[in-house]
Amino acid sequence: MVITASVAELSHALAARRLSSVELTRGLLRRIDEANPVLNAFLSIDREGALAQANAADQRRAAGDATPLTGIPVAHKDVIMTAGLKTTCGSRMLENFVAPYSAFVVERLADAGMVLVGKTNMDEYAMGSSSESSYFGPVRNPWNHGYVPGGSSGGSAAAVAARLVPAATGTDTGGSIRQPAALSGVCGIKPTYGVCSRYGLVAFASSLDTPGPFAQTAEDCALLLNAMAGHDPRDSTSLARPTEDYARLLRQSAPAKPLAGLRIGLPREYFGEGVDADVAAAVDAALAGFRALGATTVEVSLPNVELSVPVYYVIAPAEASSNLARFDGVRYGHRAAKYGDLDDMYKKTRAEGFGVEVKRRILVGTYVLSHGYYDAYYLKAQQVRRLIADGFQRAYEHCDLIMGPTAPTAAFKLGSMTDDPVKMYLNDIFTIAGNLTGAPAMSIPCGFDREGLPIGLQIQGNYFAEASILNAAHRFQQTTDWHTREPAAVTLETLR
Amino acid sequence: MTWEVVIGLETHAQLSTVSKIFSGASTAFGAPPNTQASAIDIALPGTLPSLNKGAVERAIKFGLAVNGTINRRSVFARKNYFYPDLPKGYQISQYEIPIVNGGTIRIVSPTRGEIDIQLTRAHLEEDAGKSLHEDFHGMTGIDLNRAGTPLLEIVSEPELRSAEEAVAYTKTLHGLVRWIGICDGNMQEGSFRFDANVSVRPAGETKLGTRCEIKNLNSFRFLQQAIEFEVRRQIELIEDGGRVVQETRLFDPDRGETRSMRSKEDAQDYRYFPDPDLPPLVVDEAWIARLKSELPELPAVKKHLYVTRHALPAADAEALVSSREMSDYFEHTVGAGVDPRLATNWILGEVSAALNKHEIDISQAPVTFMLLAGLLKRIDDGTISNKMAKDVFGPMWAGDGDADEIIAAKGLTQISDESTLEKIVDGVLAANAATVAEYKAGKVKAFNSLVGKVMAASKGKANPAQVNAILRKKLS
Repeated sequence: MVITASVAELSHALAARRLSSVELTRGLLRRIDEANPVLNAFLSIDREGALAQANAADQRRAAGDATPLTGIPVAHKDVIMTAGLKTTCGSRMLENFVAPYSAFVVERLADAGMVLVGKTNMDEYAMGSSSESSYFGPVRNPWNHGYVPGGSSGGSAAAVAARLVPAATGTDTGGSIRQPAALSGVCGIKPTYGVCSRYGLVAFASSLDTPGPFAQTAEDCALLLNAMAGHDPRDSTSLARPTEDYARLLRQSAPAKPLAGLRIGLPREYFGEGVDADVAAAVDAALAGFRALGATTVEVSLPNVELSVPVYYVIAPAEASSNLARFDGVRYGHRAAKYGDLDDMYKKTRAEGFGVEVKRRILVGTYVLSHGYYDAYYLKAQQVRRLIADGFQRAYEHCDLIMGPTAPTAAFKLGSMTDDPVKMYLNDIFTIAGNLTGAPAMSIPCGFDREGLPIGLQIQGNYFAEASILNAAHRFQQTTDWHTREPAAVTLETLR
Repeated sequence: MTWEVVIGLETHAQLSTVSKIFSGASTAFGAPPNTQASAIDIALPGTLPSLNKGAVERAIKFGLAVNGTINRRSVFARKNYFYPDLPKGYQISQYEIPIVNGGTIRIVSPTRGEIDIQLTRAHLEEDAGKSLHEDFHGMTGIDLNRAGTPLLEIVSEPELRSAEEAVAYTKTLHGLVRWIGICDGNMQEGSFRFDANVSVRPAGETKLGTRCEIKNLNSFRFLQQAIEFEVRRQIELIEDGGRVVQETRLFDPDRGETRSMRSKEDAQDYRYFPDPDLPPLVVDEAWIARLKSELPELPAVKKHLYVTRHALPAADAEALVSSREMSDYFEHTVGAGVDPRLATNWILGEVSAALNKHEIDISQAPVTFMLLAGLLKRIDDGTISNKMAKDVFGPMWAGDGDADEIIAAKGLTQISDESTLEKIVDGVLAANAATVAEYKAGKVKAFNSLVGKVMAASKGKANPAQVNAILRKKLS
């Protein structure tokens, strides 16, 4: 059995006893040991814990009590609390912070029997699009080690792309699951805001933060989402909805035209200037593939969507400036070694503990919430946010799903954008709207550029359209092989 | 020059929920430091608030009791500032849309009589923790037990005109929040505390003077002292040619003075914005209707009832509704068959004096309403006089038994033995032949005179009913 297979394939192998979870976990830990010194995808690896969980999973399976995810290894983004393990947020501030409790999504995946192998690297406090702002060094793209994997959940995306784990979790505040999924050539879905509890996610921008899974296939994403979704009374923004099987449409038998009747909206705003030619070509080819499956495409318009980036860069920093106030050196986390009075303790602690991008966003957020500026920035941004959401609702009168490129370009070179934050921010130009509206969206691999770097197709849907998005992606993946392409095995040798 | 004093009050009433406003930790007072601080209260990363419905219900009850507007949709906001005992770096409060707008508190002003004080608003918020600066050798200790305790901040319009009115207002408010069961009112434990906004202006002036805010007053006495000092300070300042600077001041109870804490220029920008972790608080009609049905009859209604039904003086009725326990005690005593005016005189007299002397609440009084009613009935049926009853009350308070037991033990008990009574009656009849003759000649009043003489002969102990019967028999 190939341990780099998908979750669904591994699940079958485990069920058929062709493989044990302990064998699988051991094998993947070996791959991690080889690749991680290069990729820096993992910030911590819990060998003993993983093997103990794998052993327990095997016993559970033997007892006939397994779920499809029992015994499957998983990694969590290091912004998600995992009891007993470090949760650093990629920051010096939490360098030695051991989580005393587990996030809702961590509990749910553990309950399903998944084996937690480690925590993945990320942009500091999930702020970034390249996974370069981590205090613990940048993550490298498995397809080309001179390139970024995207961000902020770059460690999770790279780990799945390099087949170090079959699945991983991430968080998506402005595209932090979808953009790295695209740049690393894997699948990632951001469900509807409120479908997965935020309890235990270190908050960046509370009204936008959404946890979700990374995996090789849409089917795997559906399996993960089935376990991660659910109401949590500890998160007041978590939705109380009946349990939904996100894989239900995938299991239906496939006629010759499985997507017949599906109307795909193509926003003219997503196909204009600024999109790399190779990306545009790959997306066009993918759309032709969807038409071949029976779908129709229709041009739609998303008025004001071009304001997504400025709106986001008011709202997200505003919320972040308040959310990150608790990192003050008083109760936990970093505290400056030497300081004078209380103010000096705060200043030195936060100056030392936070990196430059985090500080930039705290400053911006503090400014836009200040007396006299609130109406012009924060309030205005919230109004435009509503207008953008209204625009999507009008578009969905003409289509069922909206497709386009996930990001304007494939992966970029390490260090190439770190001095130009605005250029970096524009990487999320197509993904941010999904966070502003709260509607679901995913990215799936749909080709490669001239450099051999993966390209992602974004599939967006209206609220609670996850099953429909996943089904469209799954049908596409049944007739294409982009999602099965793997980067060359990573070892220290490959770096030299 | 004559000066007019203008006072507006912000009152923080701790809501009497078992757990905190956004976490399940206990709100009980006096636990060892940081033993009642959950992951949410200490603001561990990734934790989120979930609203305690009990706190909301108490706020709604308050709004209903003061006849304010219950906002069907109110919004929690974050008030951002750094302080070591504020774990999240922001306090969750309500800013633009509070749960209650408006409302009225009727008070009795010593100078203006009965007046209505308008409320601006009442909003829900969480308390901060406590910073302890002593006993830590130059360092500061932080106790987060109090962090997240639910508060209702009740804001009055600047309609109070003296320290006495401020005290009357806060006492009425204090009585009300306890009456409707939303706050225990325990001031030693900080469950009810005030910030006073004080300014002065020349009498007749309509524009408000510059105000100072005196923070965190935790007793009626301190409230009065602080306002009186502040008024004097501001008037002297202006009369000496200076001007009042808008600032926050602290009251020092040891010196009876207020002193500057920070000026308006140093005032913080709290950067309020709606808390994205908490959806707007939506209150539906059914919920309000249920809470309305749960509200007890309010003190103002009871007071009116006592004046009209029992013909009590207004001041007595006011005193009887100072707390629900007091009012219940009164009503139960009357319910046991005691005359309302007799009950009032005793409750506001002997009982209240004893409560004050022992510094206890009426709910803790050793003389229960049953015991008191037992005593007052003995006055009513003539067994003992009002004066004798006071000699019974003391031992009854001390736990020596009920009225009849003490009356018996003290030998105050009446004579009911038929033959003994007959002997006394015979003696009286023999000694008052003239009166007997008058009675027999048709003078009915002479009978009462004979009864009185029998009672006197028995030193008041004779059973009056039996005396009546024996006399009638012997005179027929």
